[in-house]
Amino acid sequence: MCLSIPAKVIEINGEMARVAVGETIVNASLQMLDDVEIGDYVLLHTGFALQKISAVDAAETLALFEELEEINKKMDQEEQDKLA
Amino acid sequence: MKYITEFRSKEIVSRLADQIRYISKRPVRFMEVCGGHTMAIRKFGIPSLLPDNIDLLSGPGCPVCVSSNLFIDKAVAYSRLDDVIITTFGDLIRIPGSTSSLDNEKANGSDVRMVYSTLDALNVARKNPDKKVIFLGIGFETTAPTSAIAILKANAENLENFFLYSSHKVMPPAMEALIDEGVNLNGYIAPGHVSAITGSGIYKLIPDKFGLGCVISGFEPVDLLQSIYMLVRQYETNSPKVEIQYKRVVTPEGNVKAQAIMNEVFELRDDWWRGLGILRNSGFGLRKKYERFDAEKMLDVEVEVTVEPKGCICGEILKGVKKPSDCKLFGEPCSPANPVGACMVSNEGSCHAYYRYNE
Ligand code: SF4
Repeated sequence: MCLSIPAKVIEINGEMARVAVGETIVNASLQMLDDVEIGDYVLLHTGFALQKISAVDAAETLALFEELEEINKKMDQEEQDKLA
Repeated sequence: MKYITEFRSKEIVSRLADQIRYISKRPVRFMEVCGGHTMAIRKFGIPSLLPDNIDLLSGPGCPVCVSSNLFIDKAVAYSRLDDVIITTFGDLIRIPGSTSSLDNEKANGSDVRMVYSTLDALNVARKNPDKKVIFLGIGFETTAPTSAIAILKANAENLENFFLYSSHKVMPPAMEALIDEGVNLNGYIAPGHVSAITGSGIYKLIPDKFGLGCVISGFEPVDLLQSIYMLVRQYETNSPKVEIQYKRVVTPEGNVKAQAIMNEVFELRDDWWRGLGILRNSGFGLRKKYERFDAEKMLDVEVEVTVEPKGCICGEILKGVKKPSDCKLFGEPCSPANPVGACMVSNEGSCHAYYRYNE
């Protein structure tokens, strides 16, 4: 029921927009959002744009796993230090 | 597709799995409480990527499954009225009530229409002024604002033949009730799209009062594994808190505009959950000022006596104390083609997800 998918805004007419989900173009209500622009990605849920998708945060999430490896190494080091 | 493909990267997935294995020392049980997560976890085979000491449980995240048979029974009763058109999302059509389903009533001549959006339901009402058009409002904080918008539009247009039959529910009371009941848990994979609307503050009590971790997760394999990593780290370092993994969509404050719309139209009321019973302030009813759109207040109908399906243990499964494979009816006779309980019909139901992805 909460299923939602990323969609790209390609046209805005007042409170309605045309958005692309992959190759498919559908209508989406923008009533829940302010400041949506053409080219933005939104999360589409039963014909409504729920939230904008942040490109910066998406990139950060993908970068985070590199950081996790660093954290692991650090934890390892601390453990070894404790033992020493 | 953007924001999907990159979060399914095989390389990142396997490295994340390694990292989880690396930091996870003690046995843990994490629960997801969103039907979308249930589906994704089974579909991507997430449990098979985890070490044996990490157990994943499904909770009360399937809105159709947690609602009472009474909801379907009453919808069926409405559909039998001559001047009524039922509009609903597809999820509800095949859910068995006590003795019938909307699908069944449709085959018998009732006017039951599947809609894609609440805006389509409004259109049906505009085009059929001589009929009463009821929309079946089901779902958590993700879908509730879309019902609220429909009510505001109906109000602005003075649309007198549009009604909402609300079974909308809110998630936190169920998450708290499960811990209160003593379900054995070490942390929650918190729902991503509910949180996109509400923000992360609604889970505050989970670490503060109950001492459990809570990570708001996205729906792709990278998201889920990263969330599990974060939960393991919280557990191993004994620092339970609310963290957001799904940062590209969820902010601490959520969608403030959608919250305001929801608040304008709905007020909290006590509601019944399958497996958990009546929970305080766990459902959304229409406020008095929008009463004229409330199907329950405006349209009287007689409803048959509710009976829950015999032998079905959906309630226990929704609480995470049993798994679908513990049900004697699982697979035979209960399957998606011949469902006994709601958990087997709904795509988001645990039984359906287990059956479909063959666990
Ligand atoms: S397998 Fe069928 S009968 Fe058993 S709990 Fe699931 S839905 Fe109910």
